[in-house]
Amino acid sequence: MEAFLSNIDRVVDGFSWTVRLTLLSALFSFVLGILLTAMRVSPVPLLRAISTAYVEGVRNTPLTLVLLFCGLGLNSALGLSLSGTVAWDVFWWAVIGLSAYTACFVSESLRSGINTIPLGQVEAARSLGLTFTQNLRLIVIPQALRTVVGPLGSVLIALTKNTTVASVAGLGVQEASREMKLMFDQGIAPVLPTFVGFAIGFLILTLPTGYFFGWLSKRMAVVR
Amino acid sequence: MSAQSVLFDAPGPKARARNAVYTVGTLILFAIGLAILYLGFNRTLTERETGLFDPATWAVNPTGQWTAEKWEPFLRPDTWTDYVIPGLQNTLTAALTAAVLAIAFGLVFGIGRMSDHWWIRVPAGAVVEFFRGIPLLMLIFFTMALPIVAYQVFDIPTGTFQVTALVAVVTGLTLYNGSVLAEVFRAGVLAVPKGQSEAAQAIGMTKTQNMWLILIPQAITSMMPAIVAQLVVLLKDSALGYIVAFPELLRSFTLVATRESNVIPAAIICAIIYIVINLSLSRFAIWLERRNSRRGRPSTKPTAAGGAPVAVQAQPGPAAPDATAQEPAEGGATAAGPSGATAPDEGSDKDDEGPENRRD
Repeated sequence: MEAFLSNIDRVVDGFSWTVRLTLLSALFSFVLGILLTAMRVSPVPLLRAISTAYVEGVRNTPLTLVLLFCGLGLNSALGLSLSGTVAWDVFWWAVIGLSAYTACFVSESLRSGINTIPLGQVEAARSLGLTFTQNLRLIVIPQALRTVVGPLGSVLIALTKNTTVASVAGLGVQEASREMKLMFDQGIAPVLPTFVGFAIGFLILTLPTGYFFGWLSKRMAVVR
Repeated sequence: MSAQSVLFDAPGPKARARNAVYTVGTLILFAIGLAILYLGFNRTLTERETGLFDPATWAVNPTGQWTAEKWEPFLRPDTWTDYVIPGLQNTLTAALTAAVLAIAFGLVFGIGRMSDHWWIRVPAGAVVEFFRGIPLLMLIFFTMALPIVAYQVFDIPTGTFQVTALVAVVTGLTLYNGSVLAEVFRAGVLAVPKGQSEAAQAIGMTKTQNMWLILIPQAITSMMPAIVAQLVVLLKDSALGYIVAFPELLRSFTLVATRESNVIPAAIICAIIYIVINLSLSRFAIWLERRNSRRGRPSTKPTAAGGAPVAVQAQPGPAAPDATAQEPAEGGATAAGPSGATAPDEGSDKDDEGPENRRD
């Protein structure tokens, strides 16, 4: 255990990348997820079709493939450099891939939330003369968000764990699991304490998130 | 489902015109996005000498990804027999093995978590929460490193046993998805109406019989869609085997991509294969859900429709409570008291089902 603790700065460094990946991807996937949901229920058939195709397609593709596509395909094809240093460049491509993937799950949760809103709410909004956008912005999305706080928490936890996939070849973000693998391979510290240490690190990230969202979903629940 | 038809009115002439504008706007944005992707993979987006609207820019570049040569490998049978089919076989082997093991794991720990003994309940809960809370990839890495652990902890020389990538992937998938399935089973068992296990206890079943004959079958039936959805996740996660060099579908496609340097065609075809498999599994889950909800109906629908026969049979109706009231009397005087209170309830329930069912 001492050998592991003497390398604690590497562990912390790994988890700092994990947290950064999680937070930025959560933010972008949330925005993209709301956009996809709005498209999914919009009056324009083409928008609905694009959103449905995107969600169904990306949701059923393995995350490893999505991230490989970002790392090997888009990165070189678009010739875009998102940042000066390689470490941050791959980081931003990983954020793009994770956001694109997670947005589908955000959108699916939100859509199920929309389905729980009583029809009277929407009908009342329409009879007041609210337009579709007003209806969505003022009536539907706020209520839907409150009902899906719990599922969104699960999506966030899944995202936290999914950031480990960003260590795949072609991206290779130095996040926690890659750091752990390197420490295994370099024989810096015994494997078992290293694994337990990193596992505890992830539990510290995921368990409180779960409890917090559980508490929040109870607090935010719409009384009907 | 309901939201779509209710969120907006049937479009009038003005709304139709507006929708047409939005459609055209979306089409233009969509076309620009596709064009950027097309040019990017055509290698004429940033590294071109000709102008943007020059036909030469838009022609299929022989060094880009869209040229026929890059797609041709997927028309050759040996690509499929040497790479894709073995990869698919490995993916399905890993996924199916892990699915069977995960269901067994889930049953053991899901039931363990509901045990009456704290020394079974608490460890089972801890195991489930632990494996659910840490990333699957870490489990796979750790399983791969088990020989080192054996050496460091138990002094077993390295090389005594080896962990193949398949074993590591299956172990990781089993532990993670098994823990999720344990929670699914537990939720399913807790959702079975309480009367079911009370009835089982009343006819003298043991706790084990109650669990395996009454609760688990009903829980599995009602949770089938969630179980299939989790199996889709499992199949998708088997692509993590790519990272530990397990020769599954994704890895065989990257091998083809490296050999033929056709990353984009390989990625597209690989994605299509995964999407087809997973979508058909998801559709299967939806079909199961519909079938379940249909199957739930016969027990309620006859009662709803049975309202009429009961009304018609108004005269035999009162006879039924008499019949049930006589049965406890035969059973014994002690049982007459408590069952007498519930007798009218049972009588009216059975009345709806008709006299044939009453004997069962």
